[in-house]
Amino acid sequence: MIPIIEVKNLVKRYKKADENAVDGVSFSVEEGEFFAFLGPNGAGKTTTISVLTTTLSKTAGDVRIAGFDLDRHEKEVRQRIGVIFQNHSLDKNLTAEENIRFHASLYGLHSFRPFYSLMSKDYKKRLAELADVVGLGRDLFKPIKSYSGGMKRKLEIVRGLMHNPRVLFLDEPTTGLDPLSRKNVWSYLQDVRKKDKTTIFLTTHYLEEAESADHVCIINHGRIVAYGTPRDISHEKSLEEAYLEIITNEYARA
Amino acid sequence: MRELNAVLTIAFRDLTKLLRDRIRILAGLVFPVIFIGVLGGSLNANIGKGLGFDFLTFVFTGVFAQVFFQSSAAGVISLIQDREEDFSQELFVAPVSRYSIIFGKILGETLVSSIQVAGILIFGFIIGVEFSAKILSLLIPAGLAASFFGGAFGVMVLANVGSQRTMAQIFPFVLFPQIFLSGVFAPVENFPPILAFLSKIAPLTYAVDVVRYAYYSGSPELSKVTAFGVTTDILVMLALFFIFLFIGTFLFVRKERNR
Repeated sequence: MIPIIEVKNLVKRYKKADENAVDGVSFSVEEGEFFAFLGPNGAGKTTTISVLTTTLSKTAGDVRIAGFDLDRHEKEVRQRIGVIFQNHSLDKNLTAEENIRFHASLYGLHSFRPFYSLMSKDYKKRLAELADVVGLGRDLFKPIKSYSGGMKRKLEIVRGLMHNPRVLFLDEPTTGLDPLSRKNVWSYLQDVRKKDKTTIFLTTHYLEEAESADHVCIINHGRIVAYGTPRDISHEKSLEEAYLEIITNEYARA
Repeated sequence: MRELNAVLTIAFRDLTKLLRDRIRILAGLVFPVIFIGVLGGSLNANIGKGLGFDFLTFVFTGVFAQVFFQSSAAGVISLIQDREEDFSQELFVAPVSRYSIIFGKILGETLVSSIQVAGILIFGFIIGVEFSAKILSLLIPAGLAASFFGGAFGVMVLANVGSQRTMAQIFPFVLFPQIFLSGVFAPVENFPPILAFLSKIAPLTYAVDVVRYAYYSGSPELSKVTAFGVTTDILVMLALFFIFLFIGTFLFVRKERNR
């Protein structure tokens, strides 16, 4: 079977930088997998996600997502991915529903109408289902300005899933969320993964979130320093202990 | 169909935002009213006699074009603000053409400036600018052309400026000289050679001229208040519109991705 994400010798050097932010990274992710991409601040995680999600050009290397080459089939790749960015990317001047409607129309799921009441039945149904699952049903028509961080995050996840992406990229999705919100967000994401075989590509600093991953990939200074199942990596310790050991050893060697 | 849907989606977002922003609607009215009523009125009282045309009407038509142009340009440039608020990421991962995104923005800002300009039309009516059905039927399309043109000009500016802070510093310099060079307040025909040259390279000049043709067409003052000929104006605007749109979008997208 062809992997859903295939990265070969990916290199990214920012303009005016004298070091590669991502320095020859290769890995692949199978369809339906829960893949955790870990590493300290500045290791190159967000850079890698930005390249994979077509918002940043790469310096060298090959990337294929859902079988499509990133250089030649940008639009096909974009259609098949959902992205939850590190920073909230909602329009604060609109209501929650307007943000979702914007997304759904932009992705060609439904014809755009200037008012909710004029939108298609399918849209209303799908929106109501998704919103109920994350518990935003009653707040959908409120302005984003009145939303808490946790509500914004849930809304972004709803938005990212509207077009049924094959891969969902999550860049530190639960940073700044309270434990209960985090738990809710995760149980929802795991349901989606099981139900739709959506591949989850996660970066996080909360290592317990990566415990249930199928594979964990740890990068530092733009290079992969460990790859395997959480069990392979942790050797009877917790993933967190193993992670800290790997990163500390790296620094000691440097 | 897909791209058209995206263009409309992006355009309506701008309109929705405007309708929620009463201060912006009000602010959009204050400047033109000052330009036409205060500046135009005082100049008219002092030097407006013996020109062979009504000076207040002249300034009104100039400001009409300028507001359309400026409002759209500034609106398109607000993409920088979207980026600083991280919303532009949502736009740029979407599976639609980058040209659709930029064109949607121009269309949206044209809807926005049309609402702003409606207020100015009413103000013109109150201070005694004469309108007929025929004048309006030419003036409105000419204004919309000025707006699309201004939006494309905004893309070009956007492609060359990095941050909102830089933009706030630079935008007055690309805009204010144009306002004075483009003949909003004085016919460009009588400019001394250097100013006449600068006036010819200021895009706004052609938008002002086209609006004057629309307003004065068929009236005896036409030759006193216009400069280049309406065909020249339209050709220049069309050519620059496509150049600005294509080169500007290309440069903007490249700048965003090749960091």
